[in-house]
Amino acid sequence: MVNRKILILLPLLAALSHTTGANELSGYAGLEARAFTADPLDSAQSDAGLSASLNLEYYRDFDDGNQRVVASVFGRWDSEDNDRNHADLGELYWWKAYDSFELYAGVRKVFWGVTETVHLVDVINQDDALENIDGEDKLGQPMINLLMERDWGTLEVYGLLGFRERQFAGQEGRLRAPLPVDEDAAAYQSDREEKHIDWALRYSHVLGDWDLGLSHFSGTNRDPLLLLTEDGLLAPYYAQIDQTGVDIQTTRGDWLWKFEAISFKPRGEGRQTAAVGGFEYTFYGIGETVSDLGVLMEYQFDERTGPWSTASQNDIAIGARYALNNTQDTELLFAVSTDLDNGSRFSNLELSHRLNDRWLMEAEARFFGNADEEDPTYNLRNDDYLQLELRRYF
Amino acid sequence: MQPSRSKKQFLTRALAGALALAAFSISASELDLNAEKGLEIAKEADRRDLGFGDLSNSLTMTLRNKYGEESVRAMRTKTLEQENDGDKSLVIFDNPRDVKGTAFLSFTHKVGSDDQWLYLPALKRVKRISSSNKSGPFMGSEFSYEDIASQEVEKYTYKYLRNESFDGRDHFVLELDPVDPKSGYSIQHLWVDTEEYRAWRTDYYDRKGDLMKTLTISDYNQYGDQYWRANKMEMVNHQTGKSTELLYGDWVFGNGFTDRDFTKNSLSRAK
Repeated sequence: MVNRKILILLPLLAALSHTTGANELSGYAGLEARAFTADPLDSAQSDAGLSASLNLEYYRDFDDGNQRVVASVFGRWDSEDNDRNHADLGELYWWKAYDSFELYAGVRKVFWGVTETVHLVDVINQDDALENIDGEDKLGQPMINLLMERDWGTLEVYGLLGFRERQFAGQEGRLRAPLPVDEDAAAYQSDREEKHIDWALRYSHVLGDWDLGLSHFSGTNRDPLLLLTEDGLLAPYYAQIDQTGVDIQTTRGDWLWKFEAISFKPRGEGRQTAAVGGFEYTFYGIGETVSDLGVLMEYQFDERTGPWSTASQNDIAIGARYALNNTQDTELLFAVSTDLDNGSRFSNLELSHRLNDRWLMEAEARFFGNADEEDPTYNLRNDDYLQLELRRYF
Repeated sequence: MQPSRSKKQFLTRALAGALALAAFSISASELDLNAEKGLEIAKEADRRDLGFGDLSNSLTMTLRNKYGEESVRAMRTKTLEQENDGDKSLVIFDNPRDVKGTAFLSFTHKVGSDDQWLYLPALKRVKRISSSNKSGPFMGSEFSYEDIASQEVEKYTYKYLRNESFDGRDHFVLELDPVDPKSGYSIQHLWVDTEEYRAWRTDYYDRKGDLMKTLTISDYNQYGDQYWRANKMEMVNHQTGKSTELLYGDWVFGNGFTDRDFTKNSLSRAK
């Protein structure tokens, strides 16, 4: 379905290859090693693995910069988990600026929101759950999108054509539910299934120190419910939802105050709310050096229960970012999120360091400490891991 | 001995006090005059640059550590002049390759803190960031954020120090005192030529009052028969032995930029 829509754009891309204007191909190739510190819950799973990834991005500007075509692809090959061998057309779209509005048509990625530890209002794209469990890697979403910028703010209207199902780690893969997910058994609430056309609206504005956003989404929920099938597997179920969201940031000197909230209503069920809010404060030039230390605290509230419950119903996240501000941009990020109800703890450590103009090193460590049986992270209790990635950009 | 000594001491003190008082009263009025003259020179330099409208250019930044090892940054910038406020600017990074596509939007204000946003291409995310980090290094270089920000007259108080000649030009030497308490500097000494009011050199003094950095500006070209822009700037940090060289190119004035080219939306589209 998605592929057919993408094919429509290909002749356009071919036609443009003869036009003049700025264009560029860039990207990176990465090699990743991951090691788990504990034995897996399922003996089919492995303790360590290697994988390679490739990211390519291309754009071409023409019509005096009033039109652009963008294409990007990402692929990964994994030594342990066949299901983690995946590729995605992240972007393939055409953009045109008209006098009073802008038009996007094709596959895009869109980010909404301001907070760091949970992305509640960010609902347009499906998570690339095979890439990372943090919800920051996304799959491309086919859409037609109109954008208007006026003195009173920015208004965006989205028609979301075609649905991307979430992909899950396979039997041999780690960081998954106790039972493998049978993606072929995916079920939908809408009769139109994955052909349901979703829509979304967003209004945003900058008023001095304030960045404000108000959004609404109506359509197929990107987060599936996982239901037990007769075969003893998990099957994704995609419900229809209406979600209204608000995101606010105010920037005051060294302080950034952030807040996001959603009103979430699955079709045929009651309305539920979730919110996240907190601050970031940065100490600049600590200890007579040029390094910075940023501290972050966010409180996560989510009243969604039962099958809709998330890992952040009453949690507090604290974090620190230490940036050396050196030539290699060495940066260390540490965050711990604790469930105030059951004490489950999720810790995340990230380090990035540039080796030279083209090589970058990234390390990541994640710990699912003290995971309570009632907490969604209980499934990952044995999946603490260390990861090292080397990337070469070109 | 004792009384005579204390008497002599008293006399010396009284004399010194009287001299100091006299000196003070002279320098106080001179101070006013020098402050006035300093501000006039700064205003004149600013006035000569009014009306440039917009410009774009490219920039190569070479960072050198004290062992002479180099690393190179490359970026492109767009600037839009604002009539009653500081300029709007957009910086797009090309090198190092891991930050390629990152873009930085800034609205400088004559008074109060600036507005700044960063676009992170991997996440497709625009983030509002704090602008209070004045003294931090820009891209790991010897230029701090306040060095590269749009220089508005209102951001300093001024004092004219003297005239000084070098490289065959006569210069005004000004002392600039940053208004922002978060500035990394106590004062700056600025050399401006008396003919075209172009900056040729700045000495930056740290908060303890010690000489910290020297900026040397050269290779000026004139655009539109009016606006002078330098192609080369070199910042040497005397305290660390590190230096950063900026080489500008591809100057284009009159691009026809509008405010709509400097929004969060346009930032996410910057290439």
